[in-house]
Amino acid sequence: MTKSSDGVFFLTGKDFTNAGSASSNLKGILDDMGIPADIVRRAAIAAFEAEMNAIIYAVAGMMRYSITPEAVTVTLQDMGPGIPDIDLAMKEGYSTAPDYIREMGFGSGMGLPNIKKNTDKLTINSVVGEGTTLEFVIYLQGLSPETSG
Amino acid sequence: MTLGEIRGILGALVITQRTDMNKEIGRAYCADLMSDVLAFSVTQSLLITGLTNVQVVRTADVADIKAIVFVQGKRPDIDTIATADSKNIPLLVTNLSMFETCGRLYENGLRSAAGDTP
Repeated sequence: MTKSSDGVFFLTGKDFTNAGSASSNLKGILDDMGIPADIVRRAAIAAFEAEMNAIIYAVAGMMRYSITPEAVTVTLQDMGPGIPDIDLAMKEGYSTAPDYIREMGFGSGMGLPNIKKNTDKLTINSVVGEGTTLEFVIYLQGLSPETSG
Repeated sequence: MTLGEIRGILGALVITQRTDMNKEIGRAYCADLMSDVLAFSVTQSLLITGLTNVQVVRTADVADIKAIVFVQGKRPDIDTIATADSKNIPLLVTNLSMFETCGRLYENGLRSAAGDTP
């Protein structure tokens, strides 16, 4: 796999009809590029969790992706309420999701921990009242900056 | 076990088109919480659920779920079925309860995708 690709998907807050379609499209792109199935699944799950967060909480957002022979990098930037306490949000089971989100099968406080579990590097920057930027990296073939020199 | 055998065991209706009934299903997972489906790596399995919204299909897509069974006769709307068709994820509907669905499949040899089977 020597090809590279990048692009962006735009997300609309509360648009539950299309929620998940950006991640689904990203999965298709990764599949088409011949990325190993396990990495595709990890990237798709992490992207889906992040996309759902943006659609549940934010007015709008965008998902950028960059695929290189070394890594898959996905950045979710949203115009949302922000996360006041990121450490608390990272705890399994902590959630501020309303009931109607739970009725859809989400909002159980597993999203951010699951993104961390499926990725090699996770960075979250959030400003209350402005929005959140979440970026994750999954290295291909077990590469990381430390081991690849 | 094939998808066709699962349909027979559950007396289920197949609501997607061009469904490959010879598709092999090795494991199953049962949840109404899509967060759990995403968190517990139940890839390549059958998903049994009572939720019928489009996020169930999108969750199945990203988690590499092979097929979905909706219990209690619940049917997803036409857009959800179309999404499943486009992702090549078979959808089945059974009138059985979730308990009865899981019980009959277990009795016929299907085991948990969550790895908690002895």
